[in-house]
Amino acid sequence: MSTSSSSQAVLVLLRRDLTLAFRHRSEMFTPLFFFILVTALFPMSIGAERSLLQNIGPGVIWVAALLAALLSLESMFRSDYEDGSLEQMLLTPQPLSLLVLGKILAHWLRTGLPLVLLAPLVGFQYYLAGETLITMMLALLLGTPVLSLLGAIGAALTLGVRGGGMLLSLLILPLYIPILVYGAGAVAASATQSLPAQPFLLLLGAFLILAMVLTPVATAAALRISLG
Amino acid sequence: MIPWFALAAGVPTVFGLYWGFFETPDILSQQKEYYRIIFVHVPAAWMSMWLYLVLVGWAVLGLIYNTRLSFVMAAAVAPTGALFTGIALLTGVLWGKTSWGTWWDWDPRLTSELILFFIYAGYMALQSAIEDSYRADRASALLAIVGLFCIPLIYWSINCPDPTQCAALHARSSLSAIETNILIALWTMVFAFWMYSFAVIFVRVRNIILERERNSTWVSKLVGGDPS
Repeated sequence: MSTSSSSQAVLVLLRRDLTLAFRHRSEMFTPLFFFILVTALFPMSIGAERSLLQNIGPGVIWVAALLAALLSLESMFRSDYEDGSLEQMLLTPQPLSLLVLGKILAHWLRTGLPLVLLAPLVGFQYYLAGETLITMMLALLLGTPVLSLLGAIGAALTLGVRGGGMLLSLLILPLYIPILVYGAGAVAASATQSLPAQPFLLLLGAFLILAMVLTPVATAAALRISLG
Repeated sequence: MIPWFALAAGVPTVFGLYWGFFETPDILSQQKEYYRIIFVHVPAAWMSMWLYLVLVGWAVLGLIYNTRLSFVMAAAVAPTGALFTGIALLTGVLWGKTSWGTWWDWDPRLTSELILFFIYAGYMALQSAIEDSYRADRASALLAIVGLFCIPLIYWSINCPDPTQCAALHARSSLSAIETNILIALWTMVFAFWMYSFAVIFVRVRNIILERERNSTWVSKLVGGDPS
């Protein structure tokens, strides 16, 4: 198998998934509205005290991003599983892990990237400003792909399982904890100016590289198990 | 074999607890009687990690050699591992209240042990959620391998890169610095916990096999029911 046909397959898959996503616009916007809504709930529930919100902001925004990613994970393979195209992907001569990487990339482009772009808007609600917002966008830019990559394993494992959504969160949230810690850490470090944010971002980048190499293989194995 | 392992668990537990309670000094550095909980806490914490490695070992064997028994072993290890994780956390909480004056602290080691507990829970949840045992075995085995990242995390979580950032309450310790008296009780308890695990895991393996083979003739002969 030549490399060009493999990369072509990934591109085709990417274009197909994105087209599908744009045809189902409501499905695409639900996690985003969820993200905005959840982050808006906190100031309403604990009061709009400026310093308090600045303190909890980074953590809340990251938790909301985690939950939004989790919500959208279930749909990553489901429709393909239901209409049988996933089985066709398993049968293609191209390596499954590459195709999976394409699907994950498409998932990130429709759920993660909009989240990154929306983040400053949410940051204003928490009185975060200037450099902190940029750090937050950077952290989310590095962190959300990892959420999609790790989540893909869980989505593949729980494919077609009854009560899969709840199960998925139980499986995947423990794996998300390191991303949450360093992602929120970067924003908090930048907000309080107590520490440089760069090491946090570098660690997130390391996670991203590691996840990009390992998770597609694990997801491909999980898909093979789930489809028998 | 099971009664022997049970015996080999019971006797050293009694001996180890006796030795730990009555033959060791009453006061250890600044700690009074309450330090004695380490005779349960430390072996349980070790077992929680060891059993996870055992679980992953069986899972890997099962995935490589396609042997059903390996998956059964892995599935049988999980509840015991979770139990020991729970004991380690619980005794830690009790000890923390008397020693640190707080029930819980977000010390890196406590946090990572908690993550391990969630991973055990996720493994068992996935195993029981999928009805087809062939798929359940393989899916949960893959999950166990993914969750392996947690073990080195716990092990090295005492190496705090920056003391001002994460107050590592678990300091680095070395076995050679501990008094012989205490070591005797400690090692006896470790041995007892291993034996307990063997006994319980073998019982559980037997039950799982019986449950899975319930439609075969040898099982119905064994339980004396009519082969319907």
